[in-house]
Amino acid sequence: MNETKKTFSVKGMHCASCVATIERSLKKVDGVSKATVNIATEKATVTYDPAKVSDDKLYSAVSNVGYEVIVNEEIRSEDEEKEEKVRELHDLRLKVAVSLILGSLLLWGSFPGLMQTAPLFLRDFWVQLIIAIPVQFWAGFTFYRATISALKHRTANMDTLVAIGTTVAFAYSAFVTLFPQLVVKIGIDPMPYFDTAAIIIGLILLGRYFEAKAKAGTSEAIKKLIGMQAKTARVIRDGKEVDIPIAEVIINDIIRVRPGEKIPVDGIIIEGDSSIDESMITGESMPTDKTNGDIVVGATMNKTGSFIFRATKVGQETMLAQIIRLVQEAQGSKAPIQRLADLVSSYFVPIVLMLAILTFAVWYIFGPAPTLLFALLNMVAVLIIACPCAMGLATPTAIMVGTGKGAEHGILIRDAESLEIAHKINTIIFDKTGTLTKGQPEVTDVIPFGAIDPNELLRIAGSIEKGSEHSLAEAVTKSAEAKQLALSKVEKFQAIPGHGVEGVIDDKKITFGNKRLMDKESIDTENANEEIGKLETAGKTVMLLAYDKELVGLIAVADVIKESARDGIIALQNLGIEVVMITGDNKRTADAIGRKLGITRVLAEVLPDGKEAEVRKIQTEGRVVAMVGDGINDAPALAAADVGIAMGTGTDVAIEAADITLISKDLKSVAAAITLSKKTMRTIRVNLFWAFGYNIILIPVAMGALYPFLHVLLNPIFASVAMATSSISVVSNSLLLKNKKIV
Amino acid sequence: MSPDKIIVAIVSVLGIGFTYWFFLGKNDKEFVASDSVDIMVDGGYEPEVISILKGKTIKLNFLRTDPTTCLEDVVLGDFKVREHLPLNKKVVIEITPDKKGEFTYTCGMGMYHGKIIVK
Repeated sequence: MNETKKTFSVKGMHCASCVATIERSLKKVDGVSKATVNIATEKATVTYDPAKVSDDKLYSAVSNVGYEVIVNEEIRSEDEEKEEKVRELHDLRLKVAVSLILGSLLLWGSFPGLMQTAPLFLRDFWVQLIIAIPVQFWAGFTFYRATISALKHRTANMDTLVAIGTTVAFAYSAFVTLFPQLVVKIGIDPMPYFDTAAIIIGLILLGRYFEAKAKAGTSEAIKKLIGMQAKTARVIRDGKEVDIPIAEVIINDIIRVRPGEKIPVDGIIIEGDSSIDESMITGESMPTDKTNGDIVVGATMNKTGSFIFRATKVGQETMLAQIIRLVQEAQGSKAPIQRLADLVSSYFVPIVLMLAILTFAVWYIFGPAPTLLFALLNMVAVLIIACPCAMGLATPTAIMVGTGKGAEHGILIRDAESLEIAHKINTIIFDKTGTLTKGQPEVTDVIPFGAIDPNELLRIAGSIEKGSEHSLAEAVTKSAEAKQLALSKVEKFQAIPGHGVEGVIDDKKITFGNKRLMDKESIDTENANEEIGKLETAGKTVMLLAYDKELVGLIAVADVIKESARDGIIALQNLGIEVVMITGDNKRTADAIGRKLGITRVLAEVLPDGKEAEVRKIQTEGRVVAMVGDGINDAPALAAADVGIAMGTGTDVAIEAADITLISKDLKSVAAAITLSKKTMRTIRVNLFWAFGYNIILIPVAMGALYPFLHVLLNPIFASVAMATSSISVVSNSLLLKNKKIV
Repeated sequence: MSPDKIIVAIVSVLGIGFTYWFFLGKNDKEFVASDSVDIMVDGGYEPEVISILKGKTIKLNFLRTDPTTCLEDVVLGDFKVREHLPLNKKVVIEITPDKKGEFTYTCGMGMYHGKIIVK
């Protein structure tokens, strides 16, 4: 029987008995073999025979017992959210238009020099009051609502400042309109400021409109990633090809992909070959040729051939899902640099309120006549100019754009803190094998000593290495197998990490490994020294084979250096970063490879468990160290480094161990990750400088600090222009990161 | 100094004192949560201070009824969560704190604050 599994949301559950009721009802449906309901997630998972059971049958089994099934909830909720946003923006646009038009009429009728050109009715205070009311209480309602809600919690925000500021201006103007004689009596010309209140509301709402639009751009990367997923998969079940929704694909499904189609989930090719564009995941622009046994990744694009693959990861386990989760987590994390801004913004609004009261008092008590008017206008200017939003937006918007841009280039950053530390890196340690080299070593030389035949030497070496998992061992065994040499059975096999292997073949003790192993076993290698020297100087790794403690030959293995290695290292050196290579190879081999790559500091003969100590040693020199490795074999070293970078992989283990995961195997992406960090940090610094500087300079100006020297005061309308532009400029500056070159 | 100025001076000092006390001098009540807690998002977070146990998974059910754009996102930086809160829709965030201490959660712009105390 061909079974399928489906999970859907159920609404209306209260207790464990609801769970049992729904499960019972689902199991009663003919063709359902398993049904589990989870009250915590409010989800039911059903395993059933699709030939017998339709979706409708499942849904009615749930609804018949009194619960509600949510079908296609994600699509619906996303659409709803979008609609809500569109509605909000539309509403905001209307309010901006109405308040700016009415505000302009008020300005025309009351601004000195301009009012003479206005029709008489616009100059009438009562008409102005009527025009100002909808702006103040309809368009400005949002400020009042937020203020009242916040005051209930004894908190205050920007809306509080705008609400108080505009209310003061409006109330004073209404008072002047209603009781002009009283105002004249205290020596003030009865002029209302309805225009000020209305224009401030219009401009701040306009700023908010642009800010909302710009903010939507900062989370674009996640939306793009989610949108990358294929919608359907062509699954072969019972010999028939059917298109099914991606959510219904299960592990081990056999899936056909035709040219030009998106690969639906992660898997392994079992038939056919093709060229695949993986740029959306790895950032590498060149398509990769893949064939039988190769791994394919969901959401990448099949270019030329048609192939069949077996699904190995579906749903939340796919690489794309992991990338999305990682980027979401990074965007939710906080950078240490943000702490000060957080601290300031939590005290900011109450402090501005206190400064506003102080401003009123100082101008009223010590200011020039008419003191009340100066006091009021300057207080309003202080309330309006203060902009806590810019401080709050400075860091997170840049982090969101930065991490999103990284994901587009196959650079996955674990959190904001890693992104922040990465810009300080001045030393990068590369693990040689699999990072600087391809990690697929090949046998280059087989040199026998004495009577032994080279093939026999290779056969024995291949036999003993058969049980080892080391990449060098694999090269030797592969080479023996390629020559169709019959491998012998090994007894008492033992692997000695960082040294080699030992075992018994045909009653003879075989020792195969590096010179260190020979020294350890007191095997004389004097005769071989010249050959070893030659091979090692050529950058080859030499392994020695001994029969019953007597040296019988050498096998040299060399790993191919990645094409991108030299350019990748130059790119880092151009950033002023010292590049270090760490390897288990002996010094001569390591130095030779180092020379080829242009690396002067080479740490050779480091055992696997010694890498962590080497990282710490360099850190004690006062260096900020990044360690680049595959994330699997060198997890402790990656964790010890200030920034651990896992490369050329997307496995859970690697992502877990690394602060930055580079999906691409291209070494230039290391420099790209650091450049991204530097550019993001620069954007954050500019944003914070702007946000803090703006408030530190303009609040005192609004208070009248320049008045004693220059007789300059800040008109509250200009204050609202400055306020509206300050948060937009911060968000826009973060968005500029999108266009910066990092590769 | 004229009487009106004296009155303004006194009222202003009182006003500054009141503002300080009202906004910065409040004592947050601690809500002890076990498995899940409903947090109303309306002009701030209610309950604002939540105390939970280390190592225990807790569901924070946020419901935003306030249309203020500032409150659109909730950020639990220490737990690497940034979640959009659609209006009038419950959003469940699950966290399992692995260390003791006080962790703030804020709105997307860092203006509104809440606190999670892990004991």
